[in-house]
Amino acid sequence: MGRFYIAIAVVFIATFLSEKTLANIIIAEAGNSGKTIANAIQSAQNGDTVLIKSGIYKEQSLKLKKSITLLGENLPVIDGENKYENLTVEHDSVIIKGIKFINSGSSNFNDIAALTIQNSKHLLIEDCQFENNFFGILSMNCGYITYNNNKLSSGGIKGKPLANGIHCWKSNHLTITNNTIKGHRDGIYLEFTTQSKFENNRSIKNSRYGMHFMFSHDNFYQHNEFIANGAGVAVMYSKRVEMRYNLFADSWGSAAYGVLLKEINDSKIIGNEFRGNTISIFADGANRIEIYNNLFLKGGWALKVNASCADMQVNGNNFIGNTFDIATNGGLKMKSMNANYWDKYEGYDLNKDKVGDVPFHPLSLFSVIVEKNPPAMLLYRSFMVSLLDKSERVLPSITPDNIVDNHPQMRPYVYDRN
Amino acid sequence: MIRVLKYVAIDILKNKIVIAYTIILALFSWSVFSLEDNAAKGILSLLNVILLTVPLVSILFSTIYIYNSNEFIELLVSHPVKRNKIWTALFTGLSLSMVAAYIIGAGIPLLIFADFNIAILMITAGSLLSVIFVAVAFLCSIITRDKAKGIGLSIMLWLYFALLFDGLVLFLFFQFADYPIEKIVVALSALSPIDLFRILVLLKLDVSAMMGFTGAVFQDIFGSTWGLVFSFTLLALWVAIPFLISLRMFNRKDL
Repeated sequence: MGRFYIAIAVVFIATFLSEKTLANIIIAEAGNSGKTIANAIQSAQNGDTVLIKSGIYKEQSLKLKKSITLLGENLPVIDGENKYENLTVEHDSVIIKGIKFINSGSSNFNDIAALTIQNSKHLLIEDCQFENNFFGILSMNCGYITYNNNKLSSGGIKGKPLANGIHCWKSNHLTITNNTIKGHRDGIYLEFTTQSKFENNRSIKNSRYGMHFMFSHDNFYQHNEFIANGAGVAVMYSKRVEMRYNLFADSWGSAAYGVLLKEINDSKIIGNEFRGNTISIFADGANRIEIYNNLFLKGGWALKVNASCADMQVNGNNFIGNTFDIATNGGLKMKSMNANYWDKYEGYDLNKDKVGDVPFHPLSLFSVIVEKNPPAMLLYRSFMVSLLDKSERVLPSITPDNIVDNHPQMRPYVYDRN
Repeated sequence: MIRVLKYVAIDILKNKIVIAYTIILALFSWSVFSLEDNAAKGILSLLNVILLTVPLVSILFSTIYIYNSNEFIELLVSHPVKRNKIWTALFTGLSLSMVAAYIIGAGIPLLIFADFNIAILMITAGSLLSVIFVAVAFLCSIITRDKAKGIGLSIMLWLYFALLFDGLVLFLFFQFADYPIEKIVVALSALSPIDLFRILVLLKLDVSAMMGFTGAVFQDIFGSTWGLVFSFTLLALWVAIPFLISLRMFNRKDL
């Protein structure tokens, strides 16, 4: 009997191995009507690889409903001719690598994307490029997808509407790393997307937000760069979002900010660098936010916190070269504000422990005036206003005295974002 | 007229105060730019200094200078020289020396450290500011023969423009906070050359993004090329009107 079992086992292993080794490579060639991508996908079995030779493919709307690998050789181009959805994937376990998607269609009613992924899990999209598309990558109801090292740019075609670069709807466990997104509406857009990780992405010159969270909880993003977007990152209606070591720079304009926190709870903003934003962090209805060890450099307002925020902690940050370090519209209560470095601090340190001996009130009279009366900004740098500010600092009467740093640092912290 | 101008210029040079003023301005500017690592911040600090000192020195020095050269003026009037020319020559001489002091003192460091466009803007607007306050000084000193009164008047005017005006504007902001007063404020700012200068520089320094709606209104009005032309015309009017009034009064005055 033992032999019989062994024989059966051998047969099983042999068939299993042959299945594996017999996975085919199917070739698609541009300009060869018999070897289109559509044909290749059709003749492929699960586990096969479709090798796409370089060239331009205009195959209208491609559909992929098999577990195969699409591999591009020398960056073949799939052209949507400004009319079609270049490729739609509706199957688990797909790999797409080294393909360039251009000119997807656009619409005011439908979400047309260069690459749409629906109801699928375990995908890898790597080393692809996207140019002048409406949506770049659109994932709906997906999980465990990795987007790595893709380049997306849009806005090259005049009059073509813009949509989001990487758009994730109702997805979870995404890993989005090393992507560059330029010229879209939102660089990365998340809605109902949870437990995802974003690392080393660059989101540049997108017309609205570098990254946009809506109802997306438990996400973690670090070492990303958001430069010259309409606004850096908008975090709205989300919980437990962690932002670490990111760079938010050059969001400069009348309604621009580095980070917008709107109705968000229990989140952490740690070790980030904010440079040259009109408002570095704008918070409205944000509760229990921890803002630690960030660098606020050369902004208009470093923190603009509405009184609707509660239990915020602002500790160990550097505030350097901002017009206003903090502004609020009313009786703001902070949980703690401690041991920050403020370049406007004019106190002394007698015992040389590098902590200033007099508390610092970062809320200046002028910022209170401007908050109540925005046109008063016209008097910025006027001698009269500087005078009022100075006297208010010495003897606070109008500004609330509960916004105070009792241990202001004498020297700025040295952070290493990496 | 050229000859009178020459006398005035030499006299002012001999006075040495203008030279001291130049040196002080230069010291300020150089130290501001070498202390601040960021040129834009340096410009803002320098702007504060300029807004205070340039009008003050221009108006005080000119007023006192005119009172002191009363006898010289009387002597000239007894000669066959037109009154128009005497007054204009005095004005030109004082203005030129103030402008030269400003350009040498603040203009050179500005050109070296600051962005070229902003430097040019600050140099032209600052020079105009000097001339404006020389013109106001001429008006002050012709209004009254009493030296103490005249100097007092010029100090009051300086206080008004440098300090009080902003206070009044702030007061207005609070009184009319419920009304859309942006456009009125634009009109108001034209009433003080110091404010006009400050706002022009601020708009160029990108601070306008922080001013919200008012900033947008201002950027709209002052930010464009026509806006620049318009605001410089306003500044030029600030020179022309006080001076022409003083000229008229001087022509009719019984010396």
